[in-house]
Amino acid sequence: MNVRKFLRKASEAVTKFIFIAAGIVICAPVFLVVTGSVMGKGDLYECLAPVFEHGTGFVSWKLIPQYPTVENYIRLLFYSPEFFVLFWNSVKMAALILLGQMAVGVPAAWAFATYEVRGKNVLFTIYVVLMLLPFQVTMLSSYLTLDRLSLLDTHWAVILPAVFGTFPIFVIYGGFRAIPKSLIEAARIDGAGEVYIFFMAGIGLGKGGILSALVLGFLEYWNMIEQPFAFLEDKTLWPLSLYLPEISWTQAGFAFAASVVMLIPAIFVFVMGQDYLEQGIIYSGLKG
Amino acid sequence: MKRWKEFIYFMSFIGVSLAGVLVFVLIPFADVVRRSFMTVMSGEFAGLNNYKTVINNQAFRLAVKNTLHFVGVAIPLLVVIGLAAALVLSKIHDVSVIKSLYLFPMAMPTATVVIVWRMFFYKQDFDSLVVSYLWKNTGYTIVLWLAGIAGIPNELIEASRVDGANRFQCLIFVKLPCLKGSVYTIVILSFLNSMKIYREAYLVGGSYPNKDIYLLQHTFNNWYVNLEFDKMAAASVLVAVVLFVFILLFQYYSQR
Repeated sequence: MNVRKFLRKASEAVTKFIFIAAGIVICAPVFLVVTGSVMGKGDLYECLAPVFEHGTGFVSWKLIPQYPTVENYIRLLFYSPEFFVLFWNSVKMAALILLGQMAVGVPAAWAFATYEVRGKNVLFTIYVVLMLLPFQVTMLSSYLTLDRLSLLDTHWAVILPAVFGTFPIFVIYGGFRAIPKSLIEAARIDGAGEVYIFFMAGIGLGKGGILSALVLGFLEYWNMIEQPFAFLEDKTLWPLSLYLPEISWTQAGFAFAASVVMLIPAIFVFVMGQDYLEQGIIYSGLKG
Repeated sequence: MKRWKEFIYFMSFIGVSLAGVLVFVLIPFADVVRRSFMTVMSGEFAGLNNYKTVINNQAFRLAVKNTLHFVGVAIPLLVVIGLAAALVLSKIHDVSVIKSLYLFPMAMPTATVVIVWRMFFYKQDFDSLVVSYLWKNTGYTIVLWLAGIAGIPNELIEASRVDGANRFQCLIFVKLPCLKGSVYTIVILSFLNSMKIYREAYLVGGSYPNKDIYLLQHTFNNWYVNLEFDKMAAASVLVAVVLFVFILLFQYYSQR
């Protein structure tokens, strides 16, 4: 091996190492939460003392707790029935939103990708603007509509506006655009109907975009804060994401354990759907 | 396909979405525009009074200032850091592990992030908000830049090297101009995600946080809680119009 080649390999390895080290630091909060969840009251108090006593300052943290315990989990899983209600609320809302988004968004994305209609670009731009409007800007209009439909303080108040959100349409559209136009033309010449083409060519070949939208959507809606806060007064309807921050510092161990339980589905989706997540990010690069 | 036929198919595929957007967003928003010109109590015509109140409102001004400050600092930082990392990573084989590590924060629930945040930077200041944003979105941006870099034709780079361009010249005169198209996408998506930083700001600081991180979303939320719908309506219209104009201009300049 000549020297130059060796140097190049070495510098590549060093760069890789630096990036991986930084990446591990980026992921460090997970370790903190996991170790925190198996700490007893004493261990936690010792670690969090600066926060308790002065309200400021850095906490010291141990990577391995002195006396690991599962008491936090036992309390969470056996003595906190409300936790299950909230967990179920989160699952229900996220699932219904994603189902609705697919039912509405997949055909809409197909319309944008397949048909040339006058005014399409204007509509597309409107959809882009709607996607970018922060929730708070449309909060009042959503509130007035939901009030008129008497949906406030029901899960539908959170689900329905999200179903008609336009972000997933752009992700799915990205997948559809990758399907060659000639294929669709050929199917038409062979006499296939438009609905048949949509199901076979569109959903068959554009699966990637659809799955990408699901992964991105799950990570988003598993995490909802603003919508349930605005439209759900009854705390028994809240999702876990809104309840977790309400747990006070005096119950830190409990909060850590609840965090871990909340993390598990998100990590599961992240690991299973990683390729789609990446593809989805690329597809969301909306270029008309 | 005939024009009218194509139109019918287009409408039947997009119909449900369009109806939903009309019922849940566009028509109610038209109603909000109407309300922005009325008094909240008696429903009388108020002209531009609500707009005047909002523009002179101290909280609103502070929020606009902070939000612009945040967007103006965090987005350029994110875009540049993402580009630098992607340029380095594009030369390395097999970066899938690195990408996963950097994307992982996307899977971390905000509530979990906030618990950790409260432990480490107890201060709720502007910088921790920026760090939190970069932490969550760098992976996303790197993936987008990498996709853009992968789209640069190899022949173009090789040709420039053959013509005697050094690495730096190749970067400035060949690669960056090719990436112009990606900038639009990346800035738009970074903006979209920058609005979500409110979650962290709210969960850490509540409705009235430290005045450095009091964002537009806080103002809206507080007006909402206090039922000050006239101000909310005027402010919604203002923000929507500004955003709309900004997007049109940005689209125009970046696609020229």
